[in-house]
Amino acid sequence: MVKQKHYLALGVVTLATLLLLSLPPRDTSRLKLAVGSWFLPLFGLAGTVQQLPGSAADEVLPRRELLRQLEALRRENEELHTKEMHAAALERENEQFRTLFGWQRQTQWKLKLASVVMRDPANWWRTVQIDLGSRDGIRENLAVLTTDGLVGRVSSVSYTHAQVVLISDPNCKVSALVENPAHDMGIISPGGPLENSFVELSYLSGNAALQAGQKVITSGLGGVFPKGIPIGQIVDARPVEFGLYTEARVKLLVNLGSLEQVWVLFP
Amino acid sequence: MNLLQTILILAAAFFAVFGEATLGGLRQWLSAQVDLLPALMVYAALNADILTLSLLAVCGGLWFDALSANPPGVSILPLFAVGYAIWLQRELILRELPFAQVVLGAVASAIAPALSVLVLLTIGQQPLLGWGSLWQWLVMTAGGAVAAPIIFVLFDWCKHALGYQPRSEPSFRPDREIQRDRKI
Repeated sequence: MVKQKHYLALGVVTLATLLLLSLPPRDTSRLKLAVGSWFLPLFGLAGTVQQLPGSAADEVLPRRELLRQLEALRRENEELHTKEMHAAALERENEQFRTLFGWQRQTQWKLKLASVVMRDPANWWRTVQIDLGSRDGIRENLAVLTTDGLVGRVSSVSYTHAQVVLISDPNCKVSALVENPAHDMGIISPGGPLENSFVELSYLSGNAALQAGQKVITSGLGGVFPKGIPIGQIVDARPVEFGLYTEARVKLLVNLGSLEQVWVLFP
Repeated sequence: MNLLQTILILAAAFFAVFGEATLGGLRQWLSAQVDLLPALMVYAALNADILTLSLLAVCGGLWFDALSANPPGVSILPLFAVGYAIWLQRELILRELPFAQVVLGAVASAIAPALSVLVLLTIGQQPLLGWGSLWQWLVMTAGGAVAAPIIFVLFDWCKHALGYQPRSEPSFRPDREIQRDRKI
């Protein structure tokens, strides 16, 4: 009887695994969202616990320090105000030129701030979960960035949360452009399992004129990422496949290992 | 105790998966995250029945896959394979010895992720692998080796705190009573 019982368990678990692995993608993502929603009560708890040291520090911050911070923020606010006026003037000028040459008007970026609440527990994927979901208008394949540069794209969405696949994950392919006179283009691919700051820029032409320090931005090809989002800087380049094409190492502008808040970009 | 033990093991798996996804200290320091489920599976294989073992594999695997980019079901079979192999040999294993717990924790934590990656490659996924994965694998193995005896201690403590205590036998034994009588 005991033997039969453990054979039965083996059979049931194997069958359940095969059944789950053969589910169609839509059912798979529904199942993942349903199971993932079990953790929702813990999200709030974790957020509160993370905020506790911050609020405790706020309670004990001396008045002098607060005044110093206030003064610094005032100064920064004035600087930003001046920059905004300058930007508005440039925008007007840009608009005049666009009208003059008949160029299409660029769509403005709409951004929503999100907090990173979880990281992928598996070591072989690079994803994070953010606290925005379909109730906030999030949908798949929206670009995610910080003020420094590109982070990744939204891969799946639940009602309250969304999964973001980072730029260093094998499932996030980004068409990128090097800001050099030739505007060399390639595909961003992951650097390695231990790399959080470096990615590879592959499929560059064999005669690409790359130099260390050149900026890499999104090319806008592929339809997921708008053109012009900064990605990183070229560190070094080497010919591969007997010089057929060039591969470059890119240092990311964003530290993917310490993401706390990100912006979701709505086209 | 059996039902309570099953609930405790499943609750531990739930919080372990949540902890792995939210606590990033070790990940930032060592560039790898430790997986506690294989070590928990070692405890379940040596102390619980096959039903608990199966439930832990299915629920733990599903919870892990739901929070990661794994397709659901990838982690179930590797976890069950590890637990089942230990369960079959449970009578031969000196489960009370910390050394045995360390070795089993290390072996389980080494085999389970390797099998998961194998399943992923088999179903056509492309996980992030490279020479750095060896380091991550070593960290996971060491993490499992450290975690297994701790899990045993914690669950033994829970068992003592929540389970029925064995009734202590009185020193009095009627068969060894000395009969005294004035008549000889």
